[in-house]
Amino acid sequence: MTDTLPDNTGYVAAAYLVFFALILIYVVIMSAKLARFERELAELNELADERVEEREAVHT
Amino acid sequence: MLYGTRLRSLSLLTAVTLTAGFGLAFFYAPMDADQGFMQKIFYVHVPLAIVALGGFVFGGVMAVQHLRTRDARYDLRSYVAIHLSLVLGAGVLITGSIWAKASWGHWWVWDEPTLVSFLVVFLLYATYQPLRFSIEDPERQARYASVFAVTAGAFVPLNFLAVRLAQAYTHPRVFATANGGLPAKMQLPFYLCLIGMALLFATLWKYEMASKHTSAQLRSLRRKLGGDDAGATHGRTAAPSLRTSS
Repeated sequence: MTDTLPDNTGYVAAAYLVFFALILIYVVIMSAKLARFERELAELNELADERVEEREAVHT
Repeated sequence: MLYGTRLRSLSLLTAVTLTAGFGLAFFYAPMDADQGFMQKIFYVHVPLAIVALGGFVFGGVMAVQHLRTRDARYDLRSYVAIHLSLVLGAGVLITGSIWAKASWGHWWVWDEPTLVSFLVVFLLYATYQPLRFSIEDPERQARYASVFAVTAGAFVPLNFLAVRLAQAYTHPRVFATANGGLPAKMQLPFYLCLIGMALLFATLWKYEMASKHTSAQLRSLRRKLGGDDAGATHGRTAAPSLRTSS
């Protein structure tokens, strides 16, 4: 049994690498989405600040 | 903070469970008498397959809820579950092929019912996104997609049945009670890997759901603030459109 071990190690490693790579790709895509949300949120915050300033300018 | 502390705890639990499961698979579970070291693929491949198929069924259950209540949130839940199961399904096919090559010397064996039935299920669900994309009206898209998810979800148990009816029992019969099944020292790592994989599915599903909700809220906020593209209609998409009141 042990003399077949070195030949199969590559296949076992490949299978686990595929799994981890799949999860890693998913996580990278999720983090890219998160970065986009944060960018959009910052934009909207700026927009909201502008609206508040405009409203205050109108009132004064 | 877009993602809550509960999601962080779930992520941590998933990482710990999977690490423990894989650790036990390599350092505690005995070598398989027939396949030797290559049988370790079993601990990633089989839980992945069970969770992927379970995800398809979960998508079907959510679709039933959507058809019953017409609540768009159930359509989104079904969509995310099926989307995620497809990703895991791709992993099942690749790891299965690697195992087949190591075990039988071929990347794919067409007369093995387990492999072929899983491929059929995978290809069936691969048409889910194009189906959604082909329908422009969101209401109709959600309804048709739900009908598809229910029908396809009912087809999934056939996959399990195919494994049972298969003549060539190359895959270990995990849940067998008599004449065979997993030895006790293989059961603990296997069940831990299975729980870990289910937790992984739940974690990724929750992240995806949170991201979809955040995206919908950002869109709604942009509309309210009357930004540059506030009046612009979004192009055709396969993803469910979620309306937020906030």
